[in-house]
Amino acid sequence: MPTLENSKITKGFDVKLIGYYFALVFIGWMTIYSTCCIQGVSLPIFDFNQLYGKQMIWIITSFVMAAIILLIDGRIIQHYAYFFYLFCLFLMVLVLFIGAEINGAKSWIKIGSFSIQPTEFMKFATALTLAKFMQEGKTATQRRYMWIWQFLLIIIPVIVVMLQHDAGSALVFASFIILFYREGLSNEFIVFGIIAATLAIVTLFSNEIYSIALVSIAFIAIMIFNQQQRKKYGRNILLYFLCIVFIFSVNLFYEKGFEPHQKQRIDTILGKTSDPLGADFNLNQSKIAIGSGGFFGKGYLNGTQTKLKFVPEQSTDFIFCAIGEEWGFLGTLVVFGLYGALILRILKLSEKNRNPFVRYYGYGIAGIFIVHFFINIGMTTGILPIIGIPLPLISYGGSSLWAFTMMLFCFIKFNDN
Amino acid sequence: MAIDNGKRYFIILVFLGILFGLYTIRLFNLQVLNNSYKDKAVKNAIREITIHPARGFIYDRNDSLLVYNDAAYDLMIIPKDIRAFDTAELCRVLDMNVVEVRTRLKKAADYSKSVASLFKQQISKEDYGYLQEKMSEFPGFFVQNRTLRSYPQPIAAHILGYVSEVDERDVENDNYYAMGDYIGKSGIEKAYEPILRGVKGKEKKLVDVHNRVVGDFAEGTENIQAVPGTSIWSTLDMQLQRLGEELMSGKRGSIVAIEPKTGEILCLVSSPNYDPNLLVGTARPKNYSKLAQDPQKPLFNRALQAAYPPGSTFKLANGLIALQEHIITPSSIYGCSGGGYRIGSHVVHCHNCGGLNIYSAIQRSCNTFFCRAYYNILSNRVKYKNIDEAYNAWLGYMESMGFLKVFDTDLPYELKGRIPTSEYFDKKYNNSWNGNTVVSMGIGQGEAAVTPLQMANMLAVIANEGYYIRPHVVRAIGHRDSLNTQFNNKIYSTIEPQHFRTVLQGMKQVVTSGTGRSAQITGIEVAGKTGTAQNPHGRDHSVFALIAPADNPKIVVFCLVENGGFGATVACPIASLIAEYYINRKIERTDLEKRMKELSIK
Repeated sequence: MPTLENSKITKGFDVKLIGYYFALVFIGWMTIYSTCCIQGVSLPIFDFNQLYGKQMIWIITSFVMAAIILLIDGRIIQHYAYFFYLFCLFLMVLVLFIGAEINGAKSWIKIGSFSIQPTEFMKFATALTLAKFMQEGKTATQRRYMWIWQFLLIIIPVIVVMLQHDAGSALVFASFIILFYREGLSNEFIVFGIIAATLAIVTLFSNEIYSIALVSIAFIAIMIFNQQQRKKYGRNILLYFLCIVFIFSVNLFYEKGFEPHQKQRIDTILGKTSDPLGADFNLNQSKIAIGSGGFFGKGYLNGTQTKLKFVPEQSTDFIFCAIGEEWGFLGTLVVFGLYGALILRILKLSEKNRNPFVRYYGYGIAGIFIVHFFINIGMTTGILPIIGIPLPLISYGGSSLWAFTMMLFCFIKFNDN
Repeated sequence: MAIDNGKRYFIILVFLGILFGLYTIRLFNLQVLNNSYKDKAVKNAIREITIHPARGFIYDRNDSLLVYNDAAYDLMIIPKDIRAFDTAELCRVLDMNVVEVRTRLKKAADYSKSVASLFKQQISKEDYGYLQEKMSEFPGFFVQNRTLRSYPQPIAAHILGYVSEVDERDVENDNYYAMGDYIGKSGIEKAYEPILRGVKGKEKKLVDVHNRVVGDFAEGTENIQAVPGTSIWSTLDMQLQRLGEELMSGKRGSIVAIEPKTGEILCLVSSPNYDPNLLVGTARPKNYSKLAQDPQKPLFNRALQAAYPPGSTFKLANGLIALQEHIITPSSIYGCSGGGYRIGSHVVHCHNCGGLNIYSAIQRSCNTFFCRAYYNILSNRVKYKNIDEAYNAWLGYMESMGFLKVFDTDLPYELKGRIPTSEYFDKKYNNSWNGNTVVSMGIGQGEAAVTPLQMANMLAVIANEGYYIRPHVVRAIGHRDSLNTQFNNKIYSTIEPQHFRTVLQGMKQVVTSGTGRSAQITGIEVAGKTGTAQNPHGRDHSVFALIAPADNPKIVVFCLVENGGFGATVACPIASLIAEYYINRKIERTDLEKRMKELSIK
């Protein structure tokens, strides 16, 4: 095992992670440039009225930010973690009052011609704070009640985000389940989660009868196989009735809890409705764009579907369409490969590092990357309902790029300390 | 704890691996295995626009323009692009009321929200200019250029024909056409449709999600250029045609003039006629029904479709047949006395011409001579067993001179005329008939009825001493010297050449000292034959057949003026003026020309 001093000299900052970061940001900028060009017409690279020009500014400032993070003492960042969390939370609450509404979500603060989305920074702040908090819990009593604080740290931003009508970002905070699972979350939580998700999907997809039948069969099976353990009868019967109550509440929650357009999106994925020119239009166009890319793609700057604006939000949430169309399945593999390598690298370094803070933080941000990646690609390819969250480091947007840059370079810095 | 957590790290990795695997399979399926998205992408973004080529022009034989294309403007709409606009202003410009505007908007929206529909056809140039300036105030509207046929001279409507939108049957018959295309419906426009229409082009345009054209697909490399229609040179002589129509104004009837050496129709007049510009564009339906209801029947092409008793001009054909059948020789003499040709109590009147040969008989148009000749043709029991055989032999000669059939060239809606068959007479007279029963056909009356075109063609046979070339109206395609060779084979009659010279000599005498002296043209030897076709419905038709110059024929003219009376009085001067103008390119008998133009026969 190398000592701290040794590791500083021999390891330095993790070059692989920095390499993946640069590659993804570069692909992002190239793609944004492509979506701005109409076929056959190349635009000047330095045009700051265009999205790619603005993204260029975000990228350069991100590099500056990354350099600063790598140069300052990592402990300073840890030191101000709570303060940063509270500041972001303050901004998010502020958004509720003075925020600008974009695409139905009231989550932006407008400063001149630029808009900032505090939620993006909140994800970083939550991961940081959570890691710091978990590291500080030392005594047994502290440990016992720690989960309440952890839960509050996560649920408070989620509530604020839900108030902003930004369901996608709220879902991202669920990513910390990966961190908790790694740190010993009971398997039962996971099992219950899977049961609840299965029942919810079956209920929405068909109706309550099938779900009840499913639960009843499982219940009878358990009762027959566990005849000896009569003590657990009461618990099983209680569980059975809880399941049935859950089943009936699913539809109620679905009807009351979601906005009509969200229900439409969920129905589309479940195959309950088909409306190619209406609600399914975006998803359909997105699939057409990606699907028409073929194995080798149409070539850089040669995409038609994205350029002709058949795909909505083609430089932000649906940017993967442009990659899929112009670079084909090969491009898909490259992007998948880079993300896979990035996430695995974070997890691997987290496991290797003997400082639990680094592990907590690493698992926290790895979860955020994982949820962002799978939800974003899932929605553009029709696996998941359309939930508007960006593809990290690739999608256009200053807040998102800044936040993910800070997230990643803080990890690189912490890992090096 | 540490082992357990190491296991969980492993579980998380497996979980991630499964997710990445599933996503990769999904993408592989979407991008590589499933090909339907590629088609959908093409349909999405590429719009094929049909480019309609300009239709070929039609010139006359001297390169004067008869038909060209004029620009027209249609106002189109794409319903889904429409935003709020000043309805009152649009109503004012287009001269529509609000209800009509709304109805049309709704109709277009019902048809398709994203495909352009016709809002108003052929808006005026002034409205076009005005709208073009204000187009930005009417989002969703745009003006589409089209071409319309236009005729610099209001002549030759029957021959040129017209174009109109295709109907469902046209689209079914020929997959070249799509609804909304135009097709030649009659005349030259119909006969030469594949040449005149050109070839449609295709442009592939990139459209964005709002269906707006943003540029060429593949930089235009997959576009197919439209090929403009090929121009056509008609055989018509525009100035002769106009003169003919002027001469026939105020009269009903027909003039057909042919260049005998080529079968080229120099002018073909059917009167009354109409201005071809009336059957263009939006005004067509209204004008068409007006013309169709006109009791004077201007749409009816008398030159090709009306069967008239040809009167004495038919004597020429019968004279030829009698010579060929050796019933008479040029020196045979028949006597004419006692008021005409007598069949029992019935008399075919004549002027007691005395004894005369065929030259004089043609010159004086002797009924008796030709009745006898015709009777003798049909009574030739040396050659033919019975009347049927003799009559059929006569029909055979007639057919060889172009009667009893259509020429089937490029002329619209020809009719065969009517000359009855022997079976017809067998039935009518219960198998008991002879030459005298049908003798009036010998002088062009009775059952025989032929078209002016057939008569003109018979004159061409005489002028060519034995053959004709099927009459047609197009002489060159694509280039004025590329002669249309479709119709140029000579069709020989079954009559020997020397007989034509005999008949032509008689026709010369008609003009120099016979019934057709008003056909004389200074400096040109004219051959002719008058005719007065009996008309059971009113005054006789005036008929004249003309060949000029007699020794080197350049033009044959057949003229028939309904209810014009004697051939010598109306048809003869008209035919002669046509020939004079065609050969001399000017008319010296201006008084006669003026008188004929002003003459009105109701």
